[in-house]
Amino acid sequence: MSLPKEEVEKIAHLARISLNEQDIPLYTHNLSDILTLVEQMNSVDTKGITPMAHPLDATARLRADIVSESNQRELFQSIAPQTEGGLYLVPKVIE
Amino acid sequence: MWEVVIGLEIHAQLATKSKIFSGASTAYGAEPNTQACAVDLGLPGVLPVLNEEVVRMAAKFGLAINAKVAPRSVFARKNYFYPDLPKGYQISQYELPIVESGQLKIEVDNQEKTIGITRAHLEEDAGKSLHFHGLTGIDLNRAGTPLLEIVSEPDMRSAKEAVAYMKKIHSLVRYLDICDGNMQEGSFRCDANVSIRRKGQAEFGTRTELKNLNSFRFVERAINIEIERQIDVLESGGSVIQETRLYDADKNETRAMRSKEEANDYRYFPDPDLLPLVIEPEFLEQIKQDLPELPDDKKQRFMQEYGLSLYDASILTSNRELADYFEDTVKLSRSEAKLCANWIIGELSSLLNKNNLDISESKVTASQLANMLRRITDNTISGKIAKQVFEALWNGERDVDSIIEKHGWKQVTDTGAIEKLIDEVIAKNPKQLEAYRNGKEKLFGFFVGQVMKLSKGKANPKQVNELLKKKIS
Repeated sequence: MSLPKEEVEKIAHLARISLNEQDIPLYTHNLSDILTLVEQMNSVDTKGITPMAHPLDATARLRADIVSESNQRELFQSIAPQTEGGLYLVPKVIE
Repeated sequence: MWEVVIGLEIHAQLATKSKIFSGASTAYGAEPNTQACAVDLGLPGVLPVLNEEVVRMAAKFGLAINAKVAPRSVFARKNYFYPDLPKGYQISQYELPIVESGQLKIEVDNQEKTIGITRAHLEEDAGKSLHFHGLTGIDLNRAGTPLLEIVSEPDMRSAKEAVAYMKKIHSLVRYLDICDGNMQEGSFRCDANVSIRRKGQAEFGTRTELKNLNSFRFVERAINIEIERQIDVLESGGSVIQETRLYDADKNETRAMRSKEEANDYRYFPDPDLLPLVIEPEFLEQIKQDLPELPDDKKQRFMQEYGLSLYDASILTSNRELADYFEDTVKLSRSEAKLCANWIIGELSSLLNKNNLDISESKVTASQLANMLRRITDNTISGKIAKQVFEALWNGERDVDSIIEKHGWKQVTDTGAIEKLIDEVIAKNPKQLEAYRNGKEKLFGFFVGQVMKLSKGKANPKQVNELLKKKIS
C-alpha cells in the first residue's frame, strides 16, 4: 500500500504540519507502512466482537454538578501572547 | 411538482450550573474568560470529568421522546482547527450516542404527524470569536458548556412543519427543565438540511445546510427562500451543490459560506481521556419516575378533562407556565373551562404578544382573571364590559369588584329597566320597526345593538334579546 503524494500533503495540512518537499518521500514511506499494518489487522475475523472504546475495562465516573472553579483569568492570560479587554487575541479568522 | 425534504439539527444548551467536563460556571453574560478554567482552555495535563447532571438531562430527553437511552455510550474527538476550540478537537459522541431512535408528534393545520428523531448526543460547546479590525478576540466562557444535539430524520415536508417541530422540541426541553430555551442568548439553536426532489422520486436530492437560524421566524423564512433558490437552480437546468449556506435576515437571502477547507474530515476517534458512559437501569428508572407530565399527555388530559378542542388544548399546553395559568384560572373561577380558555387564548395572549411579554410576566394574575370570570358567570358584568375590566386589571388596578363598582359597570338585569330602554329605541326608530315587521328580519340585530348602546354595554344581552323579541314581534 503506497500513498499518493497528495494524500500525504492533505494529512499534513489537516494536522497543520508543514512538510519540506524533500521529506515527503520519507513520510510517504512511513505512513504507508502504518497503513500496511492496518490492512494486515483488517484481515483478522472480528465478527461478534464488540468494538473496544477504551483499553481499560472500566466505566466513566461522574462528578456532581457543582461550580468548583474560580476566576483565574489573570494567571492563565499571563502566558498568552496577546490579550485585550480579557479576550485572547489571535490572527484574524476569515469566515 | 417538487417535494421538499427537511431535517433539523437542534443544539440545546443544557441548564447545568457547571460545564460538561469541568467545574467552571456556565452562567451567561460574565466578563470574558472569567469562567474558562484550565480544562476549558485545554491546558496540558488536564483531564475531563463528566457532569452527572448532563447525563440525567440527556436521559430525561430520551425517555420523553420514547427513544432508546443507550446503556453504554462513548465520547469521541471531532478534530478541527479553529481558535475558539483550544484543544483542536471538540469532545462529542459519534458512533454510540446517548439517545437513539425517538419520535415526536407535531401538529400542522390540525393534522398530527410523527417526526422521527435519529439521535441525540452530548457534546461541548465552543467559545466565541469576536472580530475586530485586523484581529480576532476569543472568549472561552462558553467553551465546555454542555450541549444536546438533537438530530431529526428528514421527515419534514415544508418550512411550516419544520417550525412546528422546532417549537415542539423547544417546548419539550422547557417542560423537562433541561434547557432555558433562550434563543437570543444562543441556548437553543438550529441548523436545517434542505433538499428538493420531483414528486414521486424515491431518492433524495442534494441538500444544503442552513446555519444561523436563531428564531422561529427566521427558520421558516430561510427554508422557504432556500427552497425557491433550489427550484430556480434545478428548473434552469443547473444542479444544487452540497454546501453550507448562511441565512442573512437583513437581505432575506441565503448565501454560500466560504467552505472551511476539508470541513468534513473530522477524523473522529474515541476520546482516550474518557471512559465509556454506562447508564444503569436503576438510574433510568428513577428518572422515569421523576418525569413531569409531558406536553402530549397534558394536551390529551385537557381535551378529556375540560372538553377543549385540539386547537385550544395545543395552545394551552405549548408551555408549562401557560398550562398552569389555565388550570389555576379554571380552579379559582369555578367557571366553564371553555370560557377560561377563550380569555387566555384571546384577550390575554394578544396583550402579552403586543407587549412582548411571557406568560410568567403577565400583568394580570390567574386569580385576578378568575375573579373577573366569576363576575361574568354570575351575570354581574357582560362579556363586553369584561374587556374593559380586563384592561383595567392589565393597567395595574387590582381588585375586580372595586373596578366594577368604581366605573358603575354592573350589568343591568332588571327587566323593567331594560324594557324602558327598548321602548326608547323603538320610539326613535319607527321606520326600522315597520321594515322589521314587514319581514326584514335582519333588523333584529340592529335593535339589539341600539339597546346595548343605549345601556352603555351594561344591559344583559340575553335578556335584551328575549324582551325585544316579545316587544317587536
